[in-house]
Amino acid sequence: MAFLKRSPWILHYDASSCNGCDIEVLACLTPLYDVERFGIINTGNPKHADILMITGGINELNRAVVKNLYEQMPEPKVVVAIGICAATGGIFRECYNIAGGVDKVIPVDVYVPGCAARPEMIIDGVVKALGILEEKRAKMTGSAQAKEETRHAAEAGEST
Amino acid sequence: MNWLIGAVLFLILAPIAGGLIAGIDRKITARMQGRVGPPLLQPFYDVGKLFEKERAVVTTAQNFYVLAYLIFIALSGALFFAGGDLLLIVFAFTLAHVFLVLGAYAVHSPYSHVGAGRELIQLMAYEPMIILAAVGFYMVSGSFYVADIVTTTVPAILYLPGVFLGFAVILTIKLRKSPFDISTSHHAHQEIVKGITTEFSGSTLAQVEIAHWYENVFLLGFVFLFFAWNPVIGIVAVAITYLAEIFVDNVTARARWQAALKSGWLAAILGIVNLAILSYMMLGGA
Repeated sequence: MAFLKRSPWILHYDASSCNGCDIEVLACLTPLYDVERFGIINTGNPKHADILMITGGINELNRAVVKNLYEQMPEPKVVVAIGICAATGGIFRECYNIAGGVDKVIPVDVYVPGCAARPEMIIDGVVKALGILEEKRAKMTGSAQAKEETRHAAEAGEST
Repeated sequence: MNWLIGAVLFLILAPIAGGLIAGIDRKITARMQGRVGPPLLQPFYDVGKLFEKERAVVTTAQNFYVLAYLIFIALSGALFFAGGDLLLIVFAFTLAHVFLVLGAYAVHSPYSHVGAGRELIQLMAYEPMIILAAVGFYMVSGSFYVADIVTTTVPAILYLPGVFLGFAVILTIKLRKSPFDISTSHHAHQEIVKGITTEFSGSTLAQVEIAHWYENVFLLGFVFLFFAWNPVIGIVAVAITYLAEIFVDNVTARARWQAALKSGWLAAILGIVNLAILSYMMLGGA
């Protein structure tokens, strides 16, 4: 089953972006790019989301927020860092309050470079993320099956 | 025997029909906004996806309540298509929504609580009208049983135009469409997070979605009753009503909960006036 690839729901979080990348993310939802063609919906709820899109670098105040959002998303999930700030901290990386890119706090699966990242690039990044999402799902069901089998094996061992 | 076939057919076919209706709805909505829109089968992909996700549960009680919501929605729809008592159907339908509200209140999330409170307001808004519609059908056909109402040769719509208009207003609330999609919405995913469904995820959310499909088919069946004397006109009228709901959804902004409550009760007053005139005419004729 590959429903996950056909229905990726996105959570968009502005870490400390200048809003340039955010406007480009929202541009993807407009009639010109219309990502709902691929079943992509922009949810505002981490518990419904499959892909976490973060723009901007991590600062000391939103470090906990980003971590919390990531942890609230049910598996399988992927993180897409949008723009150069989300990748490395960008031009803000020397600032006293900036910790760096998103990968300083949570694991990032896809980096979309650019300042600002173009909508085409963002869609391309999401499509890449879908491949990783599918891999993670296969691994998740695989490990669940393995767990089940060992449990059955253990039970069989106990009964004999 | 017929009643059993109706109920079983509803339980099997309604999720398929409901999902397809949701897909057509999303496609038409996208076209109205100048977009291409998702594939027709997108609602099925969404629900399939939700079943693939990890089960992240805040409290196990919420799963129980959501399952009860699904079962009672399916039950009220099955009773309807089995030709059962309209009053029993309406009460089972209301009970289902009470379970959904309880599920949202079972977790300690302010967003979920706001959504649950708004769902209760919606319940208050549409409940009078839906009961008045049942009373209207009784006055026209002399029976509360759907099986009798559907076989009556009297064109109910001509006797109950006010009731039908009132029902169309609360249908907007029930289908979760603008301007009355205050507790949760198909479109605005960022307002009060996701309202009543905020804390439901994975397979629990999928159950809410399937229950909504059952609910939509049941409600469209209810619309059909107004035109039941001629099935062809009935089906056309149901399609036009649903298209009008999609249109209203796309051209209006979300109203405040006060407006939703007032509209629901104004619709009920319209229904009462209609029924009063009808009973006056019937007494005069006797």
